[in-house]
Amino acid sequence: MSTSPKGIWKVIGASSVGTLIEWYDFYIFGSLATVIATQFFPQTNPTAALLSTLATFAAGFIVRPFGALVFGRLGDLVGRKYTFLLTLIIMGGSTFAIGLVPSYETIGFAAPVIVLLLRLLQGLALGGEYGGAATYVAEHAPPNRRGYYTSWIQTTATLGLFVSLGVILLVRHGLDSDVNVSIQKFNDWGWRIPFLVSIVLVGVSIYIRLKMNESPLFTKIKAEGKISVNPLKESFGHKTNLKMVLLALFGATMGQGVVWYTGQFYAQSFIETVCKIDFEQSRTMLIWAILFATPFFVVFGSWSDRVGRKWIMLAGMFLAIVFYRPIYQQFLDLSDTTIYQAQTPASISEPVVHTDEINERTIITTSIVKTFDNGFVYTQKTRDTVFAGVSKPVMEAVPVYTEKKLPSPVYWKFVFLIFVQVIFVTMVYGPIAAFLVEMFPTRIRYTSMSLPYHIGNGVFGGLTPFIALLLTTINTGNKLVGLMYPIIISFVCLVIGAVYISNKADPDVSD
Amino acid sequence: MGPLSILYLIKTALHQIAVHPVTDTKIQWSVFVIVFIPIAIGLCIFGWYAWKDEYKRQI
Repeated sequence: MSTSPKGIWKVIGASSVGTLIEWYDFYIFGSLATVIATQFFPQTNPTAALLSTLATFAAGFIVRPFGALVFGRLGDLVGRKYTFLLTLIIMGGSTFAIGLVPSYETIGFAAPVIVLLLRLLQGLALGGEYGGAATYVAEHAPPNRRGYYTSWIQTTATLGLFVSLGVILLVRHGLDSDVNVSIQKFNDWGWRIPFLVSIVLVGVSIYIRLKMNESPLFTKIKAEGKISVNPLKESFGHKTNLKMVLLALFGATMGQGVVWYTGQFYAQSFIETVCKIDFEQSRTMLIWAILFATPFFVVFGSWSDRVGRKWIMLAGMFLAIVFYRPIYQQFLDLSDTTIYQAQTPASISEPVVHTDEINERTIITTSIVKTFDNGFVYTQKTRDTVFAGVSKPVMEAVPVYTEKKLPSPVYWKFVFLIFVQVIFVTMVYGPIAAFLVEMFPTRIRYTSMSLPYHIGNGVFGGLTPFIALLLTTINTGNKLVGLMYPIIISFVCLVIGAVYISNKADPDVSD
Repeated sequence: MGPLSILYLIKTALHQIAVHPVTDTKIQWSVFVIVFIPIAIGLCIFGWYAWKDEYKRQI
C-alpha cells in the first residue's frame, strides 16, 4: 500500500518541513540559553536560578518521553495526521510565546515561571512529533525504499540545528552596521526575533500539513476496526511488544542518542568551553560541518535498504568509540597556545582593565588581544585580587587564554573533525526511523517507537553535555574524561545490538 | 548490569550531594536518579528476557 512517487515527495515535504521547524524551535532555546538566562533567570535570585536548572533538565529529559507517551497514544487512537498537526501547533505557539514574555526586570518572578511552562510544552510537543512524522512517511513508502524515504525525516533534526544557528548568527549581526552595537541590541531585545519568526514558519507548515491525507495503513486498520483500544497497555503491558521496546532502546536508540549529541552538541560545547574558541568560530564550524555531512543521512538511509539497517548503525557506534578520543585530543592540540606564548606577536592590543568590587576584595581583570603572523588570535586575561589592607599581591595571577580565533587552515581542520563526527551521526541516525517502524505493528507503532526513541535521544543523548561536564568536575586533570560517557554507552549498545538485533528488514509494515 | 548501575547511581548521587550540598547539585542528581532508575529497571527486564533466550526468534 505505497504512495505514488510524486505523492511520496509531497508526504516527505509536508512531514519534513514541520519536523524541521519543531527542531528549530527546540534548539533556539538551547542556543540562546545564556541570553535567556540573563533575561529570565538572574543568578542573583536563587528561585529563578532553580527554575533555570529545571527548565534545562525537565524539558530536555523528562518531558520528551512523556510527550512520546501522550501523543504516541493519541496518534494510535485518532491518527498520525491530526496528532502531529497538534504537536506542531503546540510547539509553534509556545516558541512564539517565549518571544513575547516580558523580562524578569519587568514582571518579576512570573517571567521565569511562564518561560519554564512554555519550555515544558516545547518538550512535550517534540516528544510527540518525531514518531508521527517518521511513521507517517514510512507508512506511505514502498517496502524496498523505506530507509531512503524516511532518511529525509532524519535530516530534519540536524537541519533544525543548522537553521537555528544560522538565524541566530544572522540576527546577531543584522541589527546594526556596527557589529558591537548589533550584538548589544541582540542581547537586549533582538534574541526575541528567532522565536517570533517561528510563527510564520509554523503557519506555512500547518497549511501544508492540513492538505495531507491520513496514512494509508492507519486508514486501512481504522476501516477494518482494528485500531488499538489502549495503545499504552498494548505497547508496554504485553510481553511480546515490551521486549521489542527494550531491544530498540538498549540495542539501538541509546547508542544513537549519545553519538548524535556528542557529535553535534558536545563537540560545540567542548570547542567553546574547553578549547576556548571564539563564539562565532565555534558556531560557524558546526554550520559548515553539518552542511557538508547532511546528505549522508540520505546516503546511509538508502544504503540500509540494500544491506540492512543493523550493521550501518552499529558501524557508526563502533567508529565513534574508536575515534572520539583522537578527535578531541586533536581539538586540544590544535588550539593549544603554548607555542605562541614563546613567540613575539605581530600585534598586541592596548590592555583593557575591568574592576569588580566583591566584599572586601577588588578583582582586576586585564585583557590583552594578541595577534600572530599566521592569523592566530587570542585574548590573554589576567585576574588579580587585591585585598583591603594588604599592600602586595597574595599570589601571582595565572593568565587564561580565551576567545581564540584560529587561522584558516586550523579552522578547516576543526570543521573536518566535526564533519567526521557528524558522519558517525548520519550512520547511526539515517536508517533508524525505518528500523523502528519495522519493529512494531501499525496499531501501536506511534506509541511503541516514540518512547525508546525519546528515551534514547532525550535522556541518554540529551544528558551527554551535562554528564560529560560532571565527569570533568570529578576528574579535573583529564580534559577528555567527559568522553567516557558516550563511549561506554555506545559500547554497551553496540554489544547488545550486535547480539540481539537482526539485520533482516521487515518488508511488510502493514501488520 | 542493571542492578549494578542502580547501586552505582545512588552511591554517586549521595556522594556528590554530600560533597557539594547546593541546590543545583541536589536537583541534578535527583533528576539523574529519578530518570535513570526506571531505565535501569528496564535494563534488568531486558537482561532477564535475554537470559531466558526470549530474543532468539525475534526480528
